[in-house]
Amino acid sequence: MGATVQELLSKYGLIALLLVLPVVYGIQDLRDDGNLAGIANNLFDGLSNGAIIALIAVGYTLVYGIIELINFAHGEVFMIGSFTAVAFWGLIGLGLGSSVIGLVLGLLLTLLVAMATCGGMNVMIERVAYRPLRGAPKLAPLITAVGMSFILQNVGLLWLGGSPKSVDDLIRAQDDLFTVIGINVSRADLLAFAVTVPLVVLLTLFVTRARLGKAMRATAQDPEAARLMGINVDTTISLTFLIGGMMAGAAGLTYALYQTTIWFFQGFQAGLLAFTAAVMGGIGNLRGAVLGGLIIGCIQQISDNRISPSWTPAIVFAYLILIMVFRPQGLLGEETREAG
Amino acid sequence: MRRRFGARTLPRGVNFALAAAAIALAIVFPLFFPPGSGWVDDMTIALAYVVMGLGLNVVVGYAGLLDLGYVAFFAIGAYTTGWFMSGFYGDVNVHVFVSEFTKALPGIHLNFLLVVVIAAALCAVAGIIIGLPTLRLRGDYIAIVTLAFGEIIRVFAIEGNEITIAGNAKLTAGRQGITPIDKIDLPFLDQFTSLNLRPWYWTALGLVLVVLFVNIRLRDSRLGRAWIALREDEVAAASMGIPLVKTKLMAYGVGAAFGGMSGAFLGSFLNTVNADQFAFGFSIFILAMIILGGLGSVWGVVIGSLALSLINTRLIPDVLNDVPSSLGLDFNLVDVNYGIFGFLLVLMMVLRPEGLLPERRRQIELHEGTPGDEALVEVTHA
Repeated sequence: MGATVQELLSKYGLIALLLVLPVVYGIQDLRDDGNLAGIANNLFDGLSNGAIIALIAVGYTLVYGIIELINFAHGEVFMIGSFTAVAFWGLIGLGLGSSVIGLVLGLLLTLLVAMATCGGMNVMIERVAYRPLRGAPKLAPLITAVGMSFILQNVGLLWLGGSPKSVDDLIRAQDDLFTVIGINVSRADLLAFAVTVPLVVLLTLFVTRARLGKAMRATAQDPEAARLMGINVDTTISLTFLIGGMMAGAAGLTYALYQTTIWFFQGFQAGLLAFTAAVMGGIGNLRGAVLGGLIIGCIQQISDNRISPSWTPAIVFAYLILIMVFRPQGLLGEETREAG
Repeated sequence: MRRRFGARTLPRGVNFALAAAAIALAIVFPLFFPPGSGWVDDMTIALAYVVMGLGLNVVVGYAGLLDLGYVAFFAIGAYTTGWFMSGFYGDVNVHVFVSEFTKALPGIHLNFLLVVVIAAALCAVAGIIIGLPTLRLRGDYIAIVTLAFGEIIRVFAIEGNEITIAGNAKLTAGRQGITPIDKIDLPFLDQFTSLNLRPWYWTALGLVLVVLFVNIRLRDSRLGRAWIALREDEVAAASMGIPLVKTKLMAYGVGAAFGGMSGAFLGSFLNTVNADQFAFGFSIFILAMIILGGLGSVWGVVIGSLALSLINTRLIPDVLNDVPSSLGLDFNLVDVNYGIFGFLLVLMMVLRPEGLLPERRRQIELHEGTPGDEALVEVTHA
């Protein structure tokens, strides 16, 4: 009996906990306005915002799945992605006056550049800071990861200065495109989904279908056995960092267009949100990271909108701690490893 | 085996003489400078950081629990001073063992020694509370949970001016800061003022000596050996009968208490308790100190903390600050001090993970690995 209750709590407790915020504010909306438009808009904005977080979370989860390292510098890679994107579109002359065709092609090119830069950078970080420590105690690479994170943060600080910088609103992000059952869909929302959905689908296909994806999964399950089967483990790990970095680069560009403000500290905040998302979904689990990202996006949006942006970190972290204590394997559980 | 690492085992007598000489030098140090000198100021802060370093060393160095939220205890310690040694709660009048001058002021004013004890106790409790959820977690998850707690406490510090606890008393003064804070007032020492920094220095040194003594005695105690066993191999330690929960919580509690003592001192010395002091970077700053010196090595931590603290207050702003501009780069080195600490972390971990003044056992662990760390390559299946 006690065991059943415990299992039920572990299984549905987290879901119940996650429903607290939307349900409370939903009831409040019903009472005050008589409809659910307010909370529905929050949730929708949360989903599009969460799509960006999901892209970053994928990077955490891939790397953790394969070498059991919290790549603390990942958030900063995302930040550098935003900076690179803004610098590059400035370089190729994209501005508020650009034509639609020019804008689309230019931004696609920018997306490729941001992804390549971040992917390459992530591979380099692994080479310099994590690979030399592969046999060392587990905390050693985590400490270098924190160190890398600070280095990159200061690179960002030198690059664009210490205060948030607004960038050209190339896509007129806040313009509403259409309204469905009271939900306003803005250009920014559409952009976030348009970038995230194809990338995540491609990534899932790659990991499940492609030969290299298979090698990644094999290495994640058992590096030693994978090596014996003729898989080049070092290359596979580099590949994982490359893919994670590319996703962060795409997230960086999307974030810059979506928020139209960038600054050196965005990576730290987004990184922690994304890490929470990855843990929530079950670290090592690709679909889990996406699901977690969407959920964290909603929590963040509701908290920003209804409580106060300054309390958001505390609320997200409180969720993080509760998850880690009561359900360390996350919502979907790990695909490759046992947590705990 | 041990020879291979060039372990420096000096004879006991020499060791003792070296320590005594270092302490004697530390005591007379401020007499060589004017009482308000910048060197005495910087050294006082450095000593306060040594206390924090020694505290974090208990958690990370001895017990091997990576704590990335150590700033939380700085915050709690400093707020203890803010609450109990200032006019922040002006509606109540409590005065315990304070100078005649302070007695006339409204608010809660307790003697510093009392505040240090309260701060240590509060932090020990907070440390245990933070430790509780991490008991079942793996090392890297512990790091993130402690980080999360640190950030939560920071949010409370920033938003505390909106939180009313009783009447119109607030939790904190947010970014404005609680200021001024009472000066410390202790017998046998001159008056503590901002012009005469020597008594501050000696108080900080006193804290260091107390914490150093406790640290060494703990290391050589049953509890200390239990911590080290836990760090090397948790499963083996548990099967040898070491109570994991109690041992881990003791590490959190003791480490936190030291951080609180230092925080209480810094609150009074810096004369303000401001939410912006408690950023995540500070936790990393302290972590970098003990990694520089050598995790688990008491003297290494002392040297590392002094060195990094002086690098922060002296070397970067005064000596090297203009280097980038003389190289034609448009920034001051002070702006990127945390980047430098990050660089130092990476450099140390890659080149010399055991630190400048390593602890022998740790050195062997880092170079040969311990059974517990093989999980890195060997994967446990569900």
